[in-house]
Amino acid sequence: MKQIMGYSDKISVRPGEAIRFMVSCEKASSYKARLVRIIHGDTNPEGPGYKEQAVKSEFDGTYKGRKQAIFAGSCAVIPSHPAFDKLSSFSVQAMVWPTTPEKGRQTILSHCDAKSGAGFIFGLDESGGLALALSDGTGKTEEVRAGKPMLSREWYFVAASYNAVSGEVCLYQKPMVPYAKVDTSARVEGTVTIKPRNENGAPVVIAAHPVRMSDGRERTSAHYNGKIDRPILASRVLSRLEMEQLRSGGPPASLHAALVGLWDFSKEITTERIIDVSPNRHHGETLNLPARAMTGWNWTGEEMCWKHKPEQYGAIHFHDDDLYDAGWDTDFTFTVPAGLRSGLYAAHVATEDDEDFIPFVVKPERGKATSKLVFVVPTASYMAYANEHMATDATLAELLTGRLATLQATDVFLHEHREYGYSCYDTHADGSGVCYSSRLRPILTMRPKYQSWLGGKGSSLWQMNADTHITDWLEALKFDYDCITDEDLHFEGYEAIAPYRVFMTSTHHEYWSKQMWDALDAFKKAGGRLIYAGANAWYWRIAYHQTKPGVIEVRRAEGGIRAWAAEPGEYYHSFTGEYGGLWRRQGLAPQKMAGTGFSAQGFDLSSYYRRTKDSFDSRASFIFEGVGKDELIGNFGLIGGGAAGLEVDRADRLLGTPPNALVLASSENHTPVYMVVLEEILINAPGLCGGESDLVRADLVFYETPSGGAVFATSSIAWAGSLSHNNYDNNVSRITANVVKRFLDERPF
Amino acid sequence: MYQIRPEDKACIEEFRKTPIGHHSPNLQRILNLFRGEPMAGKFALICTRPHREWTLAVLSGTRGERIRMTEEVFHSLEEAEWYVFKQRWAKYTGEHLSD
Repeated sequence: MKQIMGYSDKISVRPGEAIRFMVSCEKASSYKARLVRIIHGDTNPEGPGYKEQAVKSEFDGTYKGRKQAIFAGSCAVIPSHPAFDKLSSFSVQAMVWPTTPEKGRQTILSHCDAKSGAGFIFGLDESGGLALALSDGTGKTEEVRAGKPMLSREWYFVAASYNAVSGEVCLYQKPMVPYAKVDTSARVEGTVTIKPRNENGAPVVIAAHPVRMSDGRERTSAHYNGKIDRPILASRVLSRLEMEQLRSGGPPASLHAALVGLWDFSKEITTERIIDVSPNRHHGETLNLPARAMTGWNWTGEEMCWKHKPEQYGAIHFHDDDLYDAGWDTDFTFTVPAGLRSGLYAAHVATEDDEDFIPFVVKPERGKATSKLVFVVPTASYMAYANEHMATDATLAELLTGRLATLQATDVFLHEHREYGYSCYDTHADGSGVCYSSRLRPILTMRPKYQSWLGGKGSSLWQMNADTHITDWLEALKFDYDCITDEDLHFEGYEAIAPYRVFMTSTHHEYWSKQMWDALDAFKKAGGRLIYAGANAWYWRIAYHQTKPGVIEVRRAEGGIRAWAAEPGEYYHSFTGEYGGLWRRQGLAPQKMAGTGFSAQGFDLSSYYRRTKDSFDSRASFIFEGVGKDELIGNFGLIGGGAAGLEVDRADRLLGTPPNALVLASSENHTPVYMVVLEEILINAPGLCGGESDLVRADLVFYETPSGGAVFATSSIAWAGSLSHNNYDNNVSRITANVVKRFLDERPF
Repeated sequence: MYQIRPEDKACIEEFRKTPIGHHSPNLQRILNLFRGEPMAGKFALICTRPHREWTLAVLSGTRGERIRMTEEVFHSLEEAEWYVFKQRWAKYTGEHLSD
């Protein structure tokens, strides 16, 4: 069981900047913290072994341990206001699309005191039917129920009114699509004797209601799963006709006086704000990033982009497991001293029986590169995979790897502690895809020493820890390098990489925003040299939130290998309005960036490359210096036993591989666990596995660019796992070093 | 769903020799059946000493619900694969394979 873990407020800092660390201990009363430079996170005894460099820092020392909890679940909060407290008779209504009506009590809209419960809760009861609960704050509650459970993933009009004079309550539960013999509609009239006390100073909360915890802090409870569209609160009993009039369009003037709030979620979709379009302007904010730009109850299917018909995108999809910011208290802060060498670092925190590494990148001072080579740490990809649960949640895990899913203590912890949030490879508890991922929480899969079920037989590394095969090799061969992150590339653009001659990717640089793409494109056009040291890069288009730090969005639109599929009409990012999905489907296949692009995947064993005729072209002679003409390339390695494996790319002129590209070598002999990527399959037919399809291969590619630069692509995630073989003396290391040396040489190609 | 046939017994030895890697189409078809089982009750390994020791576990298939550790401990992945193969062979055919 994990005993200690933490996260930082930033992932990339330069000298002079401060980074805060938040730590939680399960039981320990104290822990030690120190700064380490991460060199090689792979503990495999077949390789060079774990390597770090301790660096003295201002935060080295012993700290008091304490448990810090995470409260997942999204909602929207409208701050308290006298207008809410004055409610006597009232009406509440919304359009809802519940996704787990069977789950138990879920709040649609509430105005109730966190401690006493005084006020009302409008939501679903244990049976999944509509209910209005009224409480006077003395412990007395009365409830009127529709008495029929709603169907999952169906739109309903739901409403309730309360008459403070007569005590009469009316409930309406009306499905938008009627079915024969399954009637889930209800109209219930009841009378209550209780006088609900709305004079409680409470906020209006949508998709949850406030509760007071034992530590005195206020949290939210009874989180609702599903979509809510156009919630409305009125200060008198509305007739059914008046409710209908409010369901769409601008509210009629005759109802202005009755409206307390009409929240139109189609406004300011890119933000966390929710807008009250009633004359009262009681605006609010969402918490924990529920999904926006979701199709509403009135979506017709004729428009796919929310920017074009925002009025049909008035829904927010709330989840009881959404998480943006864990919100832990700070344990210690580190101000990066001048002169600290750029690289991959971590705050190492340890109790007597456990440890955690909180990784971050130290970049050089602005505009002061300290090397000609920059290794770009793919933090967006790390976030997309953050805390993924596929090995415990997805049936296909063992099929993909061709062996038993192998879990670490971390995976077991994440399985049991779902509040640590999901990756963009997971689904929410209600089955909908996770389209946002934040780094403001412990990301326990982004750690040195962590092994992943997905990382091939052998070292079994994926993403960050696999990338330490590259940092280790750069250190071992004494190549100078600076590190920056995806966030630097996104927010600073070309400026972040302009000082460098060589841009080196990680093993799996999969997620790219438009800003990142444009920065690298500009770098290449200016003569920069690109070493693509992995595979399946430039695959998914992402968006960073425009104002909230540390969160990305992925929409699994239309094609590609997808852990879930975005719903129809929900392919456009809510953060930016940009079309989501594969870069390839937007006319920018990876072959256009690096000459190769994703072609096949399998996660058991890796294979080797065989040289082709192109490798003997004089233009490529510098690459193969010291490599025999008949040598198999990379028939060894820590990731699956070979340099070609896990995910592999191929050159394809029709997808954008330049006509001058040399395909120097291709891999072969992959196992039948390898399969061709889905975007290549138009009509499914047998013959798509390793050993059957020519598309199951990695192509080693080199080409020159028109401005004197060049590109070298290894086309395999496993490549870096072979670099250290035989004490770094092997043909994968030799080829990579030959390329680095020539690419650092300013002579134009 | 694929039904294991009497002639598939030839695949047992093939698996025992190479549990992870290249397989004949017949063996691969059996493994697709075995490895595609639903998550509730599915075998998995929990690494109890990095690169040295793995304990057999049974997945709950339910979010948050504990993963059950068994007392079966292995010192190679191949050993674990063979053990689980025998369990699954017995489940689908009724035949108990010896070591």
